[in-house]
Amino acid sequence: MTSTQNVRIQSDRTGDTIAAPSRWRAVARMVSTVWGNTKARIGICILGFFVLVAVLAPFIAPYSAKDNSFERNADASWAHWLGTTAAGEDVLSQLMYGARISLVVGFAAGILSTIVAVLIGLSWGYLRGFASEAVGFVVNLFLVIPGLPLMIVIAAYLQNGGILMIVAVIVVTGWAWGARVLRSQTQSLRGRDFVTSAQFSGDGSTRIVFREILPNMTSLITGSLFGAATSAILAEAGLEFLGLGDSSIVSWGTMLYWAQNSNSLLTGQWLLLFAPGLCIALLALSLTLINFGVDGISNPRLREGKGR
Amino acid sequence: MRYIAQKLGLFVLTLWAAITLNFFLPRLMPGSPADAAIAKLSQNGPVTEATRAAIEAQLGVPTGSMWDQYLSYLHQVVTLDFGVSYTFYPQTVSSMVSTALPYTIGLVGVVTILAFVIGTLIGVAAAWKRGTWLDSLPTLTGSFLSTFPYFWTALLLLFFLGYVLHWFPTSGAYAATTTPGLTPAFVGDVVQHAVLPALTILITSLGGWIIGMRNTMINTLGDDYVTFAEANGLRGRTVAIRYAARNAILPNLTGFGLALGGVVGGSILVEQVFAYPGIGYLLFNAVIGQDYPLMQALFLMITVSVLIANFLVDILYGVLDPRTRR
Repeated sequence: MTSTQNVRIQSDRTGDTIAAPSRWRAVARMVSTVWGNTKARIGICILGFFVLVAVLAPFIAPYSAKDNSFERNADASWAHWLGTTAAGEDVLSQLMYGARISLVVGFAAGILSTIVAVLIGLSWGYLRGFASEAVGFVVNLFLVIPGLPLMIVIAAYLQNGGILMIVAVIVVTGWAWGARVLRSQTQSLRGRDFVTSAQFSGDGSTRIVFREILPNMTSLITGSLFGAATSAILAEAGLEFLGLGDSSIVSWGTMLYWAQNSNSLLTGQWLLLFAPGLCIALLALSLTLINFGVDGISNPRLREGKGR
Repeated sequence: MRYIAQKLGLFVLTLWAAITLNFFLPRLMPGSPADAAIAKLSQNGPVTEATRAAIEAQLGVPTGSMWDQYLSYLHQVVTLDFGVSYTFYPQTVSSMVSTALPYTIGLVGVVTILAFVIGTLIGVAAAWKRGTWLDSLPTLTGSFLSTFPYFWTALLLLFFLGYVLHWFPTSGAYAATTTPGLTPAFVGDVVQHAVLPALTILITSLGGWIIGMRNTMINTLGDDYVTFAEANGLRGRTVAIRYAARNAILPNLTGFGLALGGVVGGSILVEQVFAYPGIGYLLFNAVIGQDYPLMQALFLMITVSVLIANFLVDILYGVLDPRTRR
């Protein structure tokens, strides 16, 4: 029996016409699955809060982030809710502006490394024979080489590269995990009937991979996007904490770098250490929480609430 | 046997690729250590050709064709001769690395195995009690803790347990007053100094193991043999440990090898915060001092250590999973 007959019989029985579900409806369903998960809902709220603060920073921050005209090493007060830095800048304002760097670097590096992961993971999964083995070897090499030491070494060679350098370094070192996850899914989809039928109707490999297989992996790709963004945010903060980025910009990582270098531990200004780190942890947590909901899109066992 | 030979072959190939990558990395980058030194000098006035040649000779700038450089590099790696450090002249890179290595391997090795065991046990319990507070509490705390930046956890512990409460020493691997040696006093001192860095790594890496084990365990709990074991009226604990967890641990073990790279990276930040004289702290100092020979050797050491650990995990996997031995 050919598949066309099969479809007609089914559609006669239900009286529905078989049309591809609208893309927007699919997206809306995904969003509602994610939103239905309590953890993911908390994550979306936290992320939304940080995005809002980052966008509105010039309007809601009490002072400019680089205004160093205040008393130095001041404790928390009504004028400076979180105190001031050793250079006399307002910590709260720095925190608000710092959200911009973390969000931009996190998502830029996350999106770029996910694009690399999709391109490599899908073609690797679809290829067979020696080419597949060769790609696999490279991916495994990048998986086992510890990421942060590699980043540190590259950043040390590219002196004072600033934000763009950090994004590039994170992308170069961070795509392999996503590629491996997407590859195994591609392999399992490769043998499905709809791929075979596309092959028989004469579609080229590129079209099959990106038009037939790719749309079936939306949730997995979303998941690896949030995962990549999380590790990008942590990596960026780590590199800047070591003083390997541009230490003149205001970001959560550089705030901690200056806090450590100005001996805030000795002066007892724990807020200066506590606040930026908590923001990094909360932002990373929000993305991890959203991923709990994203997991539910492809694996109903992990779903919560009505969508179960 | 075939499995081990296959893994060994792959290990040697990966090792060669990593060593080669370490060779090309500095050569792909714009500029050279000599350029950086000359740029610094030229701020004080023009640099003559003779000065440039002297600096290049002093820093050991490679000469000859790429192939010759590669061969001499391989020779260096095999004989573990990485030249002389720029910043800690006249110490050799190899002696510095071998002084630092035991501290990092001791710290990271012990803590990672500890975190894996504790995290896996909690993960088993969480999956078994799925849907109750015994599940949600460790999963939520675990995922929150695993988003903590390593250096931040380190700073907080350092501040509260070190500076405020004075429970533990705040920096170094042993007190300046004790003499290194295999005496009980020295060993006790080393352990005391290692507590805060170890606690940092434990807290930050525990969450990943909990969640990883919980998720694979939930998948195995749905398998038929688990249902069958339950239907046979076996005790809950027997089903959880001897049936479900035993099978769920295998994918988690592969994760162990891969996550090790992340822990090693995190330990660099931790060592920097506590001034713990391991590989990570040395790497940080090499980067700050633009000590390229030291940096290159350290990166190679870290990569090779992680590769060896992964290889050992592969072998262990083969021992635990009879299907690989076919």
